[in-house]
Amino acid sequence: MAIKILTEHSHIPGIETFDVYRKNGGYTALEKAIKTMSPEEVVEEAKKSGVRGRGGAGFPMGMKWGFLAKPEGVPRYLVCNADESEPGTFKDHYLMKTIPHLLIEGMIISSYALGANKSFIYVRGELMYVIQILEKAIAEATANGLLGNNILGSGYDLELVVQPGGGAYICGEETALLESLEGKRGNPRNKPPFPAVKGLYQSPTVVNNVESIANMAWIINHGGEAYASVGIGRSTGTKLISASGHIKKPGVYEIELGLSVEEFMNSDEYCGGIRDGHHLKALVAGGSSVPIIPAHLVYKTANGEDRLMSYESLSDGGFATGTMLGSGGFIVFDETACIVRNTWNFSRFYHHESCGQCSPCREGTGWMEKVLHRLEHGHGSMHDIDLLVDVAKKIEGNTICPLGDAAAWPVASAIRHFREEFEWHVSHPKEATLPGAVYKGAAVLA
Amino acid sequence: MEDNKPQVIKITFDGIEVEVEPGTTIMQAARRIAEADSSQHHLVPPAMCYYEPLKGSGGKCRACLVKVAQGSAKDTRPMPKLVPSCITQVQDGMVVENVTNPAVLEERKGIVEFLLLNHPLDCPVCDQAGECHLQDFAFEHGSAKTRYEEERRTFEKQDIGPYVQLHMTRCILCYRCVYTADQITDKRVHGVLGRGDAAEIGTYIEKAIDNDFSGNVIDVCPVGALTDKTYRFKNRVWFSKPVDAHCQCDKCSGRVTLWYRGEEVIRVTARKNEWGEVKEFICNTCRFEKKKTSDWVIEGPTKVQRSSVISANKYRADVIKKPDFALKLAASQYKPIDDSRPYITDDQTIRELSIENNNKANQRSLAEKN
Amino acid sequence: MTEIPTTSAFTPERLAKVKEIIARYPEGRQKSALLPVLHLAQEQWGWLSSEVMDQVAELLSIEPIEVYEVATFYTMFHLQPVGKHVIEYCRTGPCCLMGAEGVYDHLQARLGIKTGQTTPDGLFTLKEVECLAACGWGPVFQIREKYYMNLTNEKVDSILDELSK
Ligand SMILES: Cc1cc2nc3c(=O)[nH]c(=O)nc-3n(C[C@H](O)[C@H](O)[C@H](O)COP(=O)(O)O)c2cc1C
Ligand code: SF4
Ligand code: SF4
Ligand code: FES
Repeated sequence: MAIKILTEHSHIPGIETFDVYRKNGGYTALEKAIKTMSPEEVVEEAKKSGVRGRGGAGFPMGMKWGFLAKPEGVPRYLVCNADESEPGTFKDHYLMKTIPHLLIEGMIISSYALGANKSFIYVRGELMYVIQILEKAIAEATANGLLGNNILGSGYDLELVVQPGGGAYICGEETALLESLEGKRGNPRNKPPFPAVKGLYQSPTVVNNVESIANMAWIINHGGEAYASVGIGRSTGTKLISASGHIKKPGVYEIELGLSVEEFMNSDEYCGGIRDGHHLKALVAGGSSVPIIPAHLVYKTANGEDRLMSYESLSDGGFATGTMLGSGGFIVFDETACIVRNTWNFSRFYHHESCGQCSPCREGTGWMEKVLHRLEHGHGSMHDIDLLVDVAKKIEGNTICPLGDAAAWPVASAIRHFREEFEWHVSHPKEATLPGAVYKGAAVLA
Repeated sequence: MEDNKPQVIKITFDGIEVEVEPGTTIMQAARRIAEADSSQHHLVPPAMCYYEPLKGSGGKCRACLVKVAQGSAKDTRPMPKLVPSCITQVQDGMVVENVTNPAVLEERKGIVEFLLLNHPLDCPVCDQAGECHLQDFAFEHGSAKTRYEEERRTFEKQDIGPYVQLHMTRCILCYRCVYTADQITDKRVHGVLGRGDAAEIGTYIEKAIDNDFSGNVIDVCPVGALTDKTYRFKNRVWFSKPVDAHCQCDKCSGRVTLWYRGEEVIRVTARKNEWGEVKEFICNTCRFEKKKTSDWVIEGPTKVQRSSVISANKYRADVIKKPDFALKLAASQYKPIDDSRPYITDDQTIRELSIENNNKANQRSLAEKN
Repeated sequence: MTEIPTTSAFTPERLAKVKEIIARYPEGRQKSALLPVLHLAQEQWGWLSSEVMDQVAELLSIEPIEVYEVATFYTMFHLQPVGKHVIEYCRTGPCCLMGAEGVYDHLQARLGIKTGQTTPDGLFTLKEVECLAACGWGPVFQIREKYYMNLTNEKVDSILDELSK
């Protein structure tokens, strides 16, 4: 059995309650940290674990904690990013609803490490039922003396606040999230200053993803080194993968980083393979923002090495032949999927979600969506394909926040790998617009 | 201040060395070069959203992106992406490329194209023509034709107060007017509603509020989105003559520019510096109520700047309508694209068709205005 | 549709809740309560009229425009009256791979309305939304807090039947 760091107990009935969680070893890490370790020692374990941010960017969590400014007399904040809105990603949703105390325990440990006395969990507003689950868990923890004043007699105080969002993908971007938490529009901030120096209420702030923080309980119980021994190379530990699309068993799976993509896709323990009678056509490995790759680059890199579920292996080959682990949104396409239609769908998403602050993203996302819509509906021209590539290029890297890049990459990569399919939409508009029509020329894996 | 921090910072901007104080932005450094030597004016990055007197402005339009070829003397690596010069602080030994870097100019062409996508090309009937920063920007940095053939975003004209008209279709969402309303007036009734490319400027007021400085939102608008209703079609900026004048005022400095046609003061505006920025915001009394020469002490003709002055106006809050949220909703919700067009395979034809449609739409909007 | 006058006040229970929410944030940061309080308001009135938003502004000691700016930014807030059940249907890529478009067509046909419309009896409003973080369990829609997942035409029918009772 593969190692489970986050989901070992998730199948136990009642694990969402304090008592069952506690009986299964819950909150022992918190006791250990608060009673026997200094905050610096906790930070040290996080550093040793090598755990990287699970929200998408993969920045080492311990290192981020080390950057937190600590001016005298200024409060510091920890904010958990539970905005999870990236298409293809639903692992935080799963984790919070099944085993909420794991996040609460991680939040207390992490807040203690950072010296925060008030911490926030910002949950996308649509997940109101999950917010209620978390609030219940917080009430239970508080009633049991694990939250509030003088936790376990240590003199350490912590208040945990669950904040609902209001429906905006952009609030997953950490500075937009902070703006939103301050009761404002979710416009990302210009950086610098970074949150570590000026974050929530202009105070030093750490923002981390749900899954990143949930790892802390295991890291404290077993030590950072033990965590670092799981996984492969600089991709330490396990990762929750949200699997969706044309597979037999969509769902959330915890994998040890370094598992081969082929095994993840085809093993019965995980996705269970492509739907019966169908063939793999393409993969989006890390949520809608990462480049889409064609079937022949899924199991093997361009060099012919096995493609692994790790930060490094998935991005092997750069944008030309690689992709990214991102937030772990594993979206599988079989030969019935129309890449042009999907690209249009994704670009509609980014157009809809752009905050509109900076001109390349505000204008460029709408432009790409309209051109893609035209192509998909048989009104496109060959120039349009090059136009899309150019518009994507003019957005990428020129915006305030990475949403611009996230909008550009799916379009650029789809055209890079599936150009013929776009051209077919131009040359065969009638056929291409029949219901369910798909270009037959794309290479698939049997 | 720590002792080891240099008191002056030396940077190289398009090959020109300049010494500036710590905390200066790249944009400010470039402006210092041009202020010292007016023949270098063309080196200064364009600014469509940045407005030095307004705290927090800048970083949005991306017109001022430049290449940092060397981060500092200590860290000589180039910065991986282009950076907005208006909000990026200089480091000692930084090397910046603006007009000397073709990639910067290419990206800037893209920014012009983005800003013009949804902008009506109605300059012939726009009050701002001749003093529009977007017009200057497009002229200096744009390419001659647009590749955009989709429908443009349009809004109805809207009166905000008796003296100001909001022509949202022209707005480039620079947020300058919002910062002005926030920082210069005592109660903000003016903000951005909606999001993405459906965002728009909106106002709110419950009852009469004495917003003594609200008129300034018009002066900061880089385009003709906020204009003076009473001034419209009265004149074109190039027919009027600006004169500096002042008066005793207990609310503001009283230092203004009067715009004359013949003997008549047709508008009063704040004074702008050579970057088109108001340093001393003026009160509504000076702007709106002192329209006689005898109200003023005349100083002499205004030195005409590269980007001259925006129309002076009145922006009274007391009659502003509440936003109509049903309308806002329609605008903010995704509008399905009309798909009833016939299939056309010949891409030449569709191109021509849409260009023709665009022209028609432009002509219609022109006709409406005339 | 039960019309609650938008000029009416927050219920005492909700007012108490508003106070409790404001107390979560540091002194002077009561604006942080805006999103939770708007959700509370929408729970009471079903949608957010400008009168309701003005009330919220007053409760939080901020300018009304600050409330408008926020309410129009986030997609969960209804800025015009809606039906008793607002069906928020995910239209994003992963759900579409699971056949969401077909199920959505069925839903619209069954209700006889299109996106953004409300049925004449005021029972249902249909709204298309982006990814609801339930991609592996798609097609999916939500009605208030509740998620309805792995939708099929038959499932949609039985949900609607249940809610129409
Ligand atoms: C447009 C956009 C959306 C994002 N959405 C999320 C999100 O939903 N959840 C998340 O944890 N991080 C998201 N991120 C990444 C955050 O900005 C940030 O890097 C992350 O929360 C840091 O936590 P981590 O280091 O633990 O991953 C998003 C970034 C961007 C640019
Ligand atoms: S890149 Fe897009 S989402 Fe990000 S700040 Fe700019 S407009 Fe907003
Ligand atoms: S109205 Fe003018 S000043 Fe205000 S955001 Fe639009 S362009 Fe900028
Ligand atoms: S002037 Fe610098 S980004 Fe607009």
